[in-house]
Amino acid sequence: MQLVLEKRGEQSVRMAILSPLIAIALTVIVGGIIFALRGLNPFEALYVYFIEPLTQDWARQQLMVKATPLILIGAGLAVCYTANVWNIGAEGQFILGALFAGLIPVYFPGWQTPEVMIAMVVLGIAAGMAWGAIPAFLRVRFSANEILTSLMLVYVAQYLFDYLVRGPWRDPKGFNFPKTVNFDGWQVLPKWGDVHLGALFAVIAAALLAVMMWRMLKGFELRVLGSAPRAGRFAGFSSERAVMFCFLLSGGLAGLAGACDVMGVSGQLQTPYSPNYGFVAIIVAFLGRLNPLGAIIAGLLLALSFIGGESAQVTLGISDKIAKVFQGILLFFILGCDTLILYRVRLLAGRPSQFQSAG
Amino acid sequence: MDMLLAVTLTIMTAATPLIFAAIGEVVAERSGVLNLGVEGMMVMGAVCGFGAALFTGSPWLGLLVAIAAGAAMALLFAILTLSLVSNQVATGLALTLLGLGLSGQIGESFVGQPGVKVPNYNGFDPLIPFAFILIWAVAYVLFRTKAGLVIRAVGNSHTSAHALGYNVIAVRYLCVLFGGACAGLAGGYLSLVYTPQWVENMTAGRGWIALALVVFASWWPWRTAAGAYLFGAISILAFTVQTLALGIPSQFLSMLPYLVTIVALVVISGNRMLTRANTPDCLGQPFVPDR
Amino acid sequence: MTGKNQDEYLLEALHVVKIFGTLRANDDVTLKVKPGEIHAFLGENGAGKSTLVKMIYGALQPTSGEFRWQGRTVTIANPAAARKLGVGMVFQHFSLFDALTVAENIALAMPGDFDLAALSEKIARVSKDYGLPLEPTAIVADLSVGERQRIEIVRCLLQEPRLLIMDEPTAVLTPQEADQLFIVLARLAKEGCAVIYISHRLEEVKRICHNATILRHGKVVAHVDPTKETAASLAKLMVGGDIHVVHSARQPAGGAARLKLSGLNLRPDGPFSVELKSISLDVRAGEVVAIAGVAGNGQSELFDAISGERSLDSDGMLAIDGEPVGANGVNARRRMGAAFVPEERLGHGAVPAFKLSENVVLTRHAADRALVRSGLVQKSGASGVSNRVIKDFDVRKGKPDPEARALSGGNLQKFVVGRELDRKPGILVVNQPTWGVDAGASATIRQALIDLAEQGSAVLVISQDLDEIFEIADRIAVISRGQLSEAYPAKDMTAEKIGLLMAGAHEIKEASHAARA
Repeated sequence: MQLVLEKRGEQSVRMAILSPLIAIALTVIVGGIIFALRGLNPFEALYVYFIEPLTQDWARQQLMVKATPLILIGAGLAVCYTANVWNIGAEGQFILGALFAGLIPVYFPGWQTPEVMIAMVVLGIAAGMAWGAIPAFLRVRFSANEILTSLMLVYVAQYLFDYLVRGPWRDPKGFNFPKTVNFDGWQVLPKWGDVHLGALFAVIAAALLAVMMWRMLKGFELRVLGSAPRAGRFAGFSSERAVMFCFLLSGGLAGLAGACDVMGVSGQLQTPYSPNYGFVAIIVAFLGRLNPLGAIIAGLLLALSFIGGESAQVTLGISDKIAKVFQGILLFFILGCDTLILYRVRLLAGRPSQFQSAG
Repeated sequence: MDMLLAVTLTIMTAATPLIFAAIGEVVAERSGVLNLGVEGMMVMGAVCGFGAALFTGSPWLGLLVAIAAGAAMALLFAILTLSLVSNQVATGLALTLLGLGLSGQIGESFVGQPGVKVPNYNGFDPLIPFAFILIWAVAYVLFRTKAGLVIRAVGNSHTSAHALGYNVIAVRYLCVLFGGACAGLAGGYLSLVYTPQWVENMTAGRGWIALALVVFASWWPWRTAAGAYLFGAISILAFTVQTLALGIPSQFLSMLPYLVTIVALVVISGNRMLTRANTPDCLGQPFVPDR
Repeated sequence: MTGKNQDEYLLEALHVVKIFGTLRANDDVTLKVKPGEIHAFLGENGAGKSTLVKMIYGALQPTSGEFRWQGRTVTIANPAAARKLGVGMVFQHFSLFDALTVAENIALAMPGDFDLAALSEKIARVSKDYGLPLEPTAIVADLSVGERQRIEIVRCLLQEPRLLIMDEPTAVLTPQEADQLFIVLARLAKEGCAVIYISHRLEEVKRICHNATILRHGKVVAHVDPTKETAASLAKLMVGGDIHVVHSARQPAGGAARLKLSGLNLRPDGPFSVELKSISLDVRAGEVVAIAGVAGNGQSELFDAISGERSLDSDGMLAIDGEPVGANGVNARRRMGAAFVPEERLGHGAVPAFKLSENVVLTRHAADRALVRSGLVQKSGASGVSNRVIKDFDVRKGKPDPEARALSGGNLQKFVVGRELDRKPGILVVNQPTWGVDAGASATIRQALIDLAEQGSAVLVISQDLDEIFEIADRIAVISRGQLSEAYPAKDMTAEKIGLLMAGAHEIKEASHAARA
């Protein structure tokens, strides 16, 4: 028995749409099996996990809240990965965005005009961009692998955050808890229920990025460089500038997501802070087929996997860590099913003699 | 003198898991496969090894299970990237995310449990010299045997290797599985020797550092040992500085390994001629045999 | 040996069929070879020659049909089995590992025990004996193309083959190296080894082959004795009709130099790239200048320097219509009226996964105002250009706007060349215009190049194909080891003179004198 891949002449458009759906279906099936192995009724567990949250208002709001950073970061990463620029450090850029947005309430708690909200958001974006600029620069100047450098910077960002919030930035009236003062007034984002302004930023950003990728020359440039770098150089596109652009873009979006998270959800900085959005956004980017608009749907779906985890913990008594397992399994299936877009897969009764090596 | 012994010991125990993880990845990458999932394979090795040792009471069995867990994760990666030709970078990331998530789940009940330690002699456990034996073995196979020649050939030009009749996919499967087994062993070392306990995400990025080590060593086995020990020395420097209470916040010292990794990468990658001459040409490229 | 008639043949391929997806690469092919025979296997690119020999070599399996070796039916399951029978193959695209040594490369192809020392000694001895000397410890990356082919040949010779298959062996050799190869083949034939010789070089085939089988579109169309045919009759059998003869009615050019290289130097940018030294050349309006050379002598580097992918140290090393452009990028040069066609169409000249209409934007976004406005790509403009190119250059494709990788080599090349010609560029630089392209498309492309020159443009062609060069060039220069000879009028040049110039940089001056004689 052997697996044989036959190359298709062109990509199958049908499969491009079906493959994420097949991946989701397979994940749900495997999830059901996991639940069954733990002694739960798989259908009931899957309902609690995936469907029930959609029926409850608080859960729907939380869905939007969690989807916001996933979409913001995921759309940016979709652009990056299309250009073959592997920003894996979005989590670090997110943390820095949150950190530097929080700088203002810590040092200027009395600044309460509309401008302060803008200032905080801008600071968050700038911090994310700066943190993303580092691996970009190292790649352009020294050919240092950006996957490893951007990831190392995540750990650095986490320790920096921890130091500041535990140390100089700690709320002196906070009973020694490792957190800053609470933000209030104009230093907090307007909300509708739980859903804050960041949700609007997310949808606008995704739409703008989609327009850029598919209608503008800049998007064409990034798509070419990701697909055929030599052709990109032949077209006069600079891969160095593209690396910098992608990291600044995705870093800025991640920084924005971080700023929105502390300004719209927690209203303070506290440590430990490992929201993991930066990593789950990688899955969002792939589930959305590296399309910024797809990131919207994918972001909502992956937010559901977070909420479902919390819901399952309450109702079924299983740990919410199961969410991470689902997310990892989903990414695996997405990548596996993507093969179907370029290849037809066949299982054949093969002739084992064909597979001897020489000598 | 005791201080020197303690320092040497600490360096060795810090470097050993890095050597295991890195040498396994060297073999995988020499065959042309980039497996970024080292962190995921390592942490699964750590949790499964810990669990096995806990249930059976035997740390050696724990190490074996750790190796098997790493290899099992690597098998998943291999099926996707070698048989289904999925993108190696993305799949490696997926492996890491899955490994971290799965290990957190599996190890939930292990947190806080006292671990079963691999027996040692005055602090020196047998895996420390074993790491050197492993490096010697890999160097011997890669450069003195036909099997090693085939591995290097496959990493240099998979089309040529296929044309000569070698089963590129099978060679890569074996190398990736070996890499996974080594990463699993590295994880088992962490939870059974280094600090015999289980904590979620206890690998703390060591898998990524091992990947950087492979680049730093330019895919030469003995140089990975040198790099790992250098790295261990620097980590201990951070620890020592802290114990000397110089007033540097602990978080900055904790950052040091990661910053050093970045610097090491920059230094070695900046020499473009060197990297280009040593990098296996097919690294990361998918291969589909024509029939 | 008392034999039935069947034993006379060493190898028989009987009614072999091979199907890839929907393509019948080999359709009921029958081929018979006797020991000691040099048997030509003719056909254009895509006729199915490589497919059949890969099956004889065990690298592919037939969909149906039978192989017989010395009268007995055999299944050639893999290359190891083929080698056991006594089949050796020298591929057109070498199966070498450039990071490894000569001895290691040969060891990988040899069965049995692994003893590098003994093997190295054998390599040195046998290679010298056959007049193809090799240094066992040399790293392949450091060797020239001709030397690399020697490794492939010696690799086969060490296994004492009964049948040697050679796939387009002289495509990468200088005329002198080719002569050396023919001596080796003649010796092998005398020793009783059979040779299957795949080539489209008809003069060579007439010179050395005893028999020929001709393939067209996967089917056998003729078995002939090449010594009794003319090159024209063989070509007609290969293509199936009269080949379009290229018409050239232009006057010798006397215009200003539109493209001028003056003392162009370029440092190598990697361990395996070639340094360019002091290259000077004029290409005038209305003429076609060809640069001849065997692969690996700096052609790619020169193309990258002229196109602008690699920038030059000094502005003045390259001038377009009198303006120094050495420091400008590729799009600046395009805006000045230059157009470029690289050697590799998939991955360099076009993006394989992109549609043809998008590939139009690839090279024309900077110079063509209709394609990009205010940063937005004009899709209808792009489609218009794409459809025009497809029509004017007879690009055959399945869907209205297919992905570039779905096209055949010849059709994609017509598109890539047509895309540039559609702009009516003042200067066109093209690297290997018809490499891997069928005869019909090649003729279209070559005629288009001549027509462009006739309209007053300057055309520079870099090519490995001497037949092509003689067909279209007004003047010919030779590139060797990063240095360029003078450009001589085509009527003064012969293959021998070009071969001398190819032989080496230090000989260029003597060769130039010889060529003038």
